Amino acid sequence: MTGIYLISAFVITGMLFVNRNTILNNLLIIIFGIVQIGFTFYACSNYMNSVLEYFTFDSLGLLLLTTISIIAIPALFHSYLYIQRHDETPQSRAIYFSAMVLLITSISAAYLANHIAVIWIFTEMTTLSASMLIYHHRNKLALEGTWKYVFICAISITFVFIGILFLSLSLEHAGSRDLSFVNLMAFKDKLNPFWLRLAFLFIFTGFTVKLGLVPMYTAGIDAKDKAPAPAGALLSSVLMNLGFVGIYRTYSVVALTSVYHWANMVIFISAFLSIFVATIYMTKVINIKRMFAYSSIEHMGIAMLGLAAGGIGYYAAILHIILHSFVKSSLFFQFNQLYRTFQSKSIQYVGNYFKYNPAGAIVLFLGFISATAMPPSGLFVSEFLIFRSLFEGKFIVLLIMVLLLLTIVIWAFGKNIMKILFLPVDGLDESKIPKINPWESFTQYFLLFTAIWLGLNPPSIFVQMIHNAVKILPQ
Amino acid sequence: MTNVLLILFIISLLYVSIANRIITYVRVLALQGSILFGVTFLQLKDIQTWNLVLILLETVVFKSIAVPYFLSYLIKRNKISRETEPYVPHFISLLITTFIVVVTVLLANSIHDTHLDKLFFIVSLSTLFTGLYFIASRKKIITHVLGYLMIENGVFVLSLAVGNEMPNLVNLGIMLDVFASVLILGIFLNKIGDVFKTADVDQLSNLKDY
Repeated sequence: MTGIYLISAFVITGMLFVNRNTILNNLLIIIFGIVQIGFTFYACSNYMNSVLEYFTFDSLGLLLLTTISIIAIPALFHSYLYIQRHDETPQSRAIYFSAMVLLITSISAAYLANHIAVIWIFTEMTTLSASMLIYHHRNKLALEGTWKYVFICAISITFVFIGILFLSLSLEHAGSRDLSFVNLMAFKDKLNPFWLRLAFLFIFTGFTVKLGLVPMYTAGIDAKDKAPAPAGALLSSVLMNLGFVGIYRTYSVVALTSVYHWANMVIFISAFLSIFVATIYMTKVINIKRMFAYSSIEHMGIAMLGLAAGGIGYYAAILHIILHSFVKSSLFFQFNQLYRTFQSKSIQYVGNYFKYNPAGAIVLFLGFISATAMPPSGLFVSEFLIFRSLFEGKFIVLLIMVLLLLTIVIWAFGKNIMKILFLPVDGLDESKIPKINPWESFTQYFLLFTAIWLGLNPPSIFVQMIHNAVKILPQ
Repeated sequence: MTNVLLILFIISLLYVSIANRIITYVRVLALQGSILFGVTFLQLKDIQTWNLVLILLETVVFKSIAVPYFLSYLIKRNKISRETEPYVPHFISLLITTFIVVVTVLLANSIHDTHLDKLFFIVSLSTLFTGLYFIASRKKIITHVLGYLMIENGVFVLSLAVGNEMPNLVNLGIMLDVFASVLILGIFLNKIGDVFKTADVDQLSNLKDY
């Protein structure tokens, strides 16, 4: 079934790429949606089974696969609207949708991979497909963003590969060659610490390009800004989760060895610097999409703090990235309606959104409440648990500094959002503002309420799955 | 014999650091591909047809024929001027590259590991750092791609140094990925040449936060 999924997704990608017919295009997208959901159900019903040697349906993989399937449907729907409104040529439409299908497929496959090199291959595929999406507008700025993204990703992916080589060197001391995570964990006591350290450092640095942490976060910001908003939603949510998966799976091996504390230190430094950088830019930024992108950086920093702090932090980190995916993707979907209203990305030329599109404005407001982790947002729960884990781990100074930075983030984010929602703009020609159909915001409400529901009243199976996913880490 | 080839590889790095024309870079990359084939071929303990075909593909066909050919096409098509236009004089580049090699030799000597071939490790690390240095110190976008390819060569040597064979499927995937990324970089380089007229990194500074 996994083979069927991958092959049919690749076939659909190819057909979308060569096809120029509108009806067939839409039909193929619907078929892909059905295949994606069908595969998710199949994966959930085969819990903990391994297929095709390199894929395992484990808890973390299934949780994130379900997340991407839930987000993929609105993403395809909003892409459809986006392409329809922009009067695209059949050729650019074909490239857009084939790249999107390829992106969703490769992210899904990478979640489930149980071998570090397989994750590596699919991560590289996400870079290639994402570059097509970023270059969609075919103008100077898009070209600049794409070039930076592809180049930095290529270097980072090479770093991951160097890390994999060091990992295999470390494993050779244990007398084994199989680089699957199960085997690495089985030989945890015999791994050479020196090479393991280097391996973790390189793999971590490489995957930060996808996860969006210091040092490699820069390319992702430009990418999310230049990509069309429905694609930006994927880049800013599920693709970041892919970086998390890569780091988390390596970390779960490292955590069982003597390198554990050192690895935590690396994560702490990178996570804290990410929150710091995100805070600085949040106060300065005037481009709405970039503001969302920096907010994502901040959230990933918080999630990684939870991972490094340990205890309840493991649970909270996974909960945090899942809820963040729902919230951030809904904000990016909303951005298109906002852009259609004002024809501008800059906060200076956007304002009084409540008057023109109340349904969208409420999404923006709820999204703001969720993204800044105020109750009743689900992210409040996960952030609270992460702070608790920092407190219990006696990282008081770090906790205070992070809380101070987050206060600044809330202030900056709130100032901008309130301006967008309530402050009128001078010289805005109201006759040119189109009427936005409130039903377009339906998917965004759905995603936001899913995030609130999963945070405040999580179903027991969801909690159990996260607990299963973190069971491999030292408690 | 392997040692001679590897030392030749390091000399090629020093040669590149003082090269004045971009086409020299491409030629050196082609040479490095052939050297890599020689090294891998000598390292093979038992020759299987499938393995040999894969290595031939990866080094000779890909690294020393397809990519250099593609790169020289890119250079001609975009009318990239012949000079490398470094930010620093060639003499200092040579000094820095030498410094990198010396430091990696010292570094490798401080590591005592029976599973690691020291000379391979030195060559791979110095290629890696030299590639990064080229990316940082050259003005043209094409030299960034060349630097990236040099890093890839360094990683290839590193994978020989480690000596752990990945499953063939994984190897094939890695090869295709690298090939695709070079192709994609080339396509976008063409676009940059068309849109911006000159292919300098200075042009790529319009995306800002304020």
